Amino acid sequence: MPNSESATNHIVSVKNLSFSRGSRKIFDDISLDIQRGKVTAIMGPSGTGKTTLLKLIGGQLYPDAGEIWVDDQNVHRLKTRDLYSLRKRMGMLFQSGALLTDMNVYDNVAFPLREHTHLPESMIRTLVLMKLHAVGLRGARHLMPNELSGGMARRVALARAIALDPMMIMYDEPFTGQDPISMGALVHLIKSLNTTLRLTSIIVSHDVQETAAIADYIYVLSDGKIVGHGTPTQLAQSDSAWVQQFMNGDADGPVHFHYPARDYLDDLLTSRHS
Amino acid sequence: MQHSKTQDTLVGLFVATGIAALFYMALQVSNLGTYSSNDSYTVTARFQNSGGLKVKSPVSVAGVRIGRVSSITLDKASHEAVVQMRIESQYDNLPEDSGASIYTAGLLGEQYISIDPGASDDYLKDKSQIDITSSAIVLEEMIGKFMMNKAEGK
Amino acid sequence: MLEFLESLGKITRHSFAKLGRATFFLLHALTGMREILPRPNLLIKQLYSIGVLSFLIITISGLFVGMVLGLQGFNILSDFGAEESLGVMVAASLVRELGPVVSALLFAGRAGSALTAEIGLMKATEQLSGMEMMAVDPINRIISPRFLAGFLSMPLLAALFSAIGVMGGHLVGVGMLGVDDGAFWAQMQANIDFREDIVNGIIKSVVFGFVVSWIALFEGYDAIPTSEGVSRATTRTVVNSAFSVLGLDFILTALMFGDI
Repeated sequence: MPNSESATNHIVSVKNLSFSRGSRKIFDDISLDIQRGKVTAIMGPSGTGKTTLLKLIGGQLYPDAGEIWVDDQNVHRLKTRDLYSLRKRMGMLFQSGALLTDMNVYDNVAFPLREHTHLPESMIRTLVLMKLHAVGLRGARHLMPNELSGGMARRVALARAIALDPMMIMYDEPFTGQDPISMGALVHLIKSLNTTLRLTSIIVSHDVQETAAIADYIYVLSDGKIVGHGTPTQLAQSDSAWVQQFMNGDADGPVHFHYPARDYLDDLLTSRHS
Repeated sequence: MQHSKTQDTLVGLFVATGIAALFYMALQVSNLGTYSSNDSYTVTARFQNSGGLKVKSPVSVAGVRIGRVSSITLDKASHEAVVQMRIESQYDNLPEDSGASIYTAGLLGEQYISIDPGASDDYLKDKSQIDITSSAIVLEEMIGKFMMNKAEGK
Repeated sequence: MLEFLESLGKITRHSFAKLGRATFFLLHALTGMREILPRPNLLIKQLYSIGVLSFLIITISGLFVGMVLGLQGFNILSDFGAEESLGVMVAASLVRELGPVVSALLFAGRAGSALTAEIGLMKATEQLSGMEMMAVDPINRIISPRFLAGFLSMPLLAALFSAIGVMGGHLVGVGMLGVDDGAFWAQMQANIDFREDIVNGIIKSVVFGFVVSWIALFEGYDAIPTSEGVSRATTRTVVNSAFSVLGLDFILTALMFGDI
């Protein structure tokens, strides 16, 4: 694609990325682009390295081969100082929330502001309350992280991620382990934040229904490859058996229910312990 | 980050007691309260036998410690022990004809140098030498002599 | 035989890799000190959880160790009619050895294990990763103040231990067993040298504080981020700290007091 296009439309470009852990190949020469201002989902079964991809984009891990460009900067060629200033413009919502356990909700949201700005305390207070209000937890500001439910912790973490008004937010499995109500709240929140704050969102998830409901574009990963991509409607009509199985949640299909093993009857009849 | 006044106070208290303990160790437990190493002068004395005298053994006058032994060497020509001692400068009026003896504190205690002040009007200065010395009493030698005398007397 | 050599080689490779990581970690933490100095609040908080919270165990242990030394010393010394030397014996053992060593071991058990568990759990709950993504260097922000606090607390704790121990020895020797008060202090002051004994004892405790804090923080930072990994790291902190303190104590003693 021409470079001028990527400058305007693509906030993240992954080019021919390969990454392996030990002998296991997690990504095998994948390329994908994420459009500015859109909600892009990266989906795939557990263990396909979706979280790893976010860590690669954030510069916490180094690829074996390939490049990742974020806002027209090659993430893995940046000096530490430049990488840190790039990270100030990227928010990341960890699966666990990753709140600092020795501070209350208010101080957690104020943390990035206090670390990176020299704003007076009164202005920090205003900003923190605004961010907390946006996630509906202004009233919970005095609670400690261990007093929060999982969904609340994620919303506080989201308030913290938008504290510095980033250009993009990466969500790591935001819907996992949520009850239907907090799931609904999160889905709504991600969508509305993306519009109101003019963010770009990257969602890594395996919750098909919720993700498909808010994503503008979806990449489906399996075995280190991209097996399908397109808008949710395009994917629903995909003729790939694999994508069909994943999107519909069928128990058996190209991905088998059983872990590879020798013949069942054979196994049962063998007396030797092996 | 919340930082409470109690926390500040307790940390202050901790640091203060810690430093107080260091001072306590320096002044009450060790010899820092009684001696300063900078202001001192050195005198030497020669002994036939320095016995169990060691570097850092005390040097005293009338039982009051005024310095320490700083080195013990052997004079190769005369086969005498040359003992150097550092004496605190505040004791600068020891007569030149003072004598130095090596004594033992108690029967089994450590050995020290005792200086018996003489009558001269000139005082010992840095690098001067004490001429009148009496050597360490070696216990085995004394017992040996005593036994010999007993045997001869019989 | 070949298998044995292979596993030996593997252990060597892993140990060197770990030592290398620990060294880089240390350098990183030391350069992070620059960012702590303008922000004393971070240090105060750690001095509280590392120093103040170890205060009680150190003082109580010091008192009892001193009292036991008084009792045992009196029994041995009175056989030689040298009870007056009790003060020297108690003070010398405390100032030279027991003060720095026992307080370092207690410090490793009380503060070191807590540090490892804290850092390990922060890693397991992605707090360190999260900080990194918020463009805050977790080593500078989390490790450096704890390192500095451990390094500063240790000599103070060791001095407290020794001072309280001497008082405990005095309490038993003079107060209960009837050693002469004047002789107790006079003998002590005549034989404990400031430079040779007290300063060397402080140097020891500074070295121990440095090593124990380093081990505790590195084990936490290097822990496998699972509950089992963190619990193993905590155990390793206590064991490795104890070995390092005792081994280093021998080396330092040989350098300071010995003629080896």
